[in-house]
Amino acid sequence: MVAQRLPHRGLLISAGVLAAVVAGVWRLDLVAGFAEGAQSLGELLGFLQRFATPDLSQPFLAKVGQGAIETLAISLIGTLLAVVGGVLFALPASGRFGRPAQAAARFCLNLLRSVPELVWATLTVLAAGLGPFAGTLALALHTAGVLGRLYSEALENAPIAPEAALRGAGSGAVAAFLYGTLPAVAPQWVAYGLYRWEMNIRVAAILGFVGAGGLGAQLYYALSLFHEAQAATLIVAMLLLSLAVDAMSGWLRRRLVAA
Amino acid sequence: MNTVARDPVARGRATALVLGVCVLWPLLQIAEFNPAALFAPGNLATLGGFLSTFLPPATEADFLGLLAAATLDTLAIATVGIALAMLIAVPLALLSTRSLSVGRLDGRLRPFSEAVRLFARGLTLVLRGVPELVWALVFVRIFGLGPAAGVAALAITYGGMLAKVYAEILESTDLTPTRALLAAGSGRLGALGYGLLPVASDELVSYTVYRWECAVRASVVMGFVGAGGLGQLMDQSMKMLNGGEACSILIAFLLLVMAADALSAWLRRQVC
Repeated sequence: MVAQRLPHRGLLISAGVLAAVVAGVWRLDLVAGFAEGAQSLGELLGFLQRFATPDLSQPFLAKVGQGAIETLAISLIGTLLAVVGGVLFALPASGRFGRPAQAAARFCLNLLRSVPELVWATLTVLAAGLGPFAGTLALALHTAGVLGRLYSEALENAPIAPEAALRGAGSGAVAAFLYGTLPAVAPQWVAYGLYRWEMNIRVAAILGFVGAGGLGAQLYYALSLFHEAQAATLIVAMLLLSLAVDAMSGWLRRRLVAA
Repeated sequence: MNTVARDPVARGRATALVLGVCVLWPLLQIAEFNPAALFAPGNLATLGGFLSTFLPPATEADFLGLLAAATLDTLAIATVGIALAMLIAVPLALLSTRSLSVGRLDGRLRPFSEAVRLFARGLTLVLRGVPELVWALVFVRIFGLGPAAGVAALAITYGGMLAKVYAEILESTDLTPTRALLAAGSGRLGALGYGLLPVASDELVSYTVYRWECAVRASVVMGFVGAGGLGQLMDQSMKMLNGGEACSILIAFLLLVMAADALSAWLRRQVC
């Protein structure tokens, strides 16, 4: 690696980075932009102050609870669909069905993964109509791309001896995979799935911004109408929900993976 | 002899399956899970009509000019956002890391230092706990539509993330030189500069470059709430169901992400 390094590289790279930052500030006209924001500093403080008193009225809290359950459902169902899709793509992507199938599966996985959830959501809203189902699909599409790649890597790294031994002893291909390879990769697959669930609860909370249901739809509405107190409640609800999912996923991981 | 060939874990698995179905069934209802909706004629026609306009991608000269400008904006938002995030993250990380704690060295915990550390950690948690898209939406209300909101949102969320990871890196590196310096009576800044940074700097730089790569993606997404750049352009094209433009923007986005990946990999090779 040493041969590839530039001379005085630290200095050159620092200068390049600094130049890029300055060029960025100049291009976006940020000095003027932030100065404008600073002029309305009093307004800004007032705006933030209205966040300090969350709306805790009974009917609104009930609505938030409903939104939280909807968000939880979107994240859980979306992740489960993605696990199924990821496995279906990972089998060809790990090269089990020949080279052409591997290349095709990898291309699909790259495409699924490169498009962010929010962009998928703008498409699934067209395909399935406004509502939580569109969000579920958007999550599932992006996450299937991520999980498919991780799952196929786990498959490629799994020891081949057990499956080969079963095949050699006359077992069928499906049974040999289920009893030879699956037990080796299953803990890793489950761990990746749970990890993505933790990320997806955060994404599911904001997918509502483009009409895909859940807490995000309510937050977008509250901020658009300048209901800062309600927005504050919703943001706190998002934080609590993601903490709860972290705890639940950690508990499941200890039960399912370590055992 | 009464040996029945029975799977010893079968009962536990069956119970788990029944429980899982009982939990998932209501959630499926709440998520309005309904694959049939995908094949409803109205939806099929909308999506089909939109997707069929994807080809050929829009290549008019003035649109391409707009696209190039938006791509540059996105890059600038990510770069300036990360630079500001570092300005937020470095002091927070230094305040919240335990590596430079003198109290941990002699066993007498100073309540004031502990309180400062706790406060810095809490602030970090709040900054990164709220998704950047929510911050962007809030800042659009303050700065108006445009890149300033995106930069501010990135600076805040990524400031929190960087601060947390910086603090963790500083705690997980080899602390022997730092402890030796502190024990010999050096100040905290000296211990940082001569004990901690020489061992941790590679990892710190590498993580920052990786975060820049993530910031490029995030700044595209934030455009959807009006924070400028490629995302805002994509949002407009999608709302007008202009497939050709949406396709060009998606291609530009994929190319940008790939280029950012390559640049960040090259930078990390240069540094580490």
